[in-house]
Amino acid sequence: MKVLSLNFLTCAVKACKSSSSSYPLHPQDAELVQDEIELNPDMLINVLPRLDWTALRTTSSELGFPPLPEQAPTQEELRADEKVLKDLHHLLLETQISEGKLVCANCGHSYAVKEGIANFLLPSHLV
Amino acid sequence: MLPTPDTSHVPYERVYEPAEDSFLLLDTLSSSSETQFLHDTFSSSPALPFVVELGTGSGVVLAFITAHAKTLFGTSHILTAGIDMNAFACRATITTVKKAQADSLADSSTNEITHGMYLGSVMGDLAAPLRNRSVDVLVFNPPYVPTSEMPERPQTFTEDFSPKTTFDDDSYLLALSYAGGADGMETTDRLIDGLPEILSERGCAYVLLCAQNKPEVVKERIRAWGDGWRAETVGSSGKTAGWEKLQIVRIWRDSAP
Repeated sequence: MKVLSLNFLTCAVKACKSSSSSYPLHPQDAELVQDEIELNPDMLINVLPRLDWTALRTTSSELGFPPLPEQAPTQEELRADEKVLKDLHHLLLETQISEGKLVCANCGHSYAVKEGIANFLLPSHLV
Repeated sequence: MLPTPDTSHVPYERVYEPAEDSFLLLDTLSSSSETQFLHDTFSSSPALPFVVELGTGSGVVLAFITAHAKTLFGTSHILTAGIDMNAFACRATITTVKKAQADSLADSSTNEITHGMYLGSVMGDLAAPLRNRSVDVLVFNPPYVPTSEMPERPQTFTEDFSPKTTFDDDSYLLALSYAGGADGMETTDRLIDGLPEILSERGCAYVLLCAQNKPEVVKERIRAWGDGWRAETVGSSGKTAGWEKLQIVRIWRDSAP
């Protein structure tokens, strides 16, 4: 699963959805693999307005990537900034989480990731 | 005709095999009226659409959407993801999408990338793992066959990919893919009720229904929500005595004029 997925995923427990601490989920013991993908600036520029930048900064630092700028660049700024383009491309699209856990800071539930597939099925007491 | 993704690697003893319903979804999504709708809604937007398929099974539909993004949406800038309860289906989908993307690159006469960006597949119950109001296009080929009882939702069933599942395990996994309970609507009703929370402001859902699901009642129920909610049949197959056996209903919200 690409790191960009984490910007769309949240805790599957219904009661957690309204809590801001249930997002983003926190990767633990994550094993990362890298794909090589050709840089596509236009695509990234179109991804930018979809990103929750604050959540992405958290994910990025928890995975041990160099810090992202505090403020999200505008689409124009991103187009002109090859370094941030490359960093985002590498983090969001080339990096995959293959093994590990995704943990909800609200309820503490931990979702296992195996072979790049996270398991969001809940045990019966949490449904 | 756009090529259908290769699913020859999928273990059909435990993952739903592409059938008439899957192919109706492919035909509908690539019909001129639907590609027009998707172009109009998404091709000139600065924010690319997030496309999610629930219950991917083999991944044939999600791979088709991902591989043919440029034709369907007028832009290759789409993000796609899949959710399925069945770990084998998730794993099969990853391969189906990968193959279809490679085929789309091989078929491309120019070097232009025409396929979308697949983020991955997760195991989950409907859209439960997703942030509210994040999905722009949702596709669902539900378990729609009326059955006297529903298979229990998987609980103990883990993400381990043991190759040694028993015949009972496999039958159970397949039952999850088709058994729809009363009117075949128990799962579809849960999904439809959740749509206002799942779809973005500009979002739409393509949901497959069969005649026993009482599609006219389903559409009326959605329209009764008000707030610009619309539901129309946009594809159908297998006419039997004037009844469409299968149909695809598009559910969306008319934005304020």
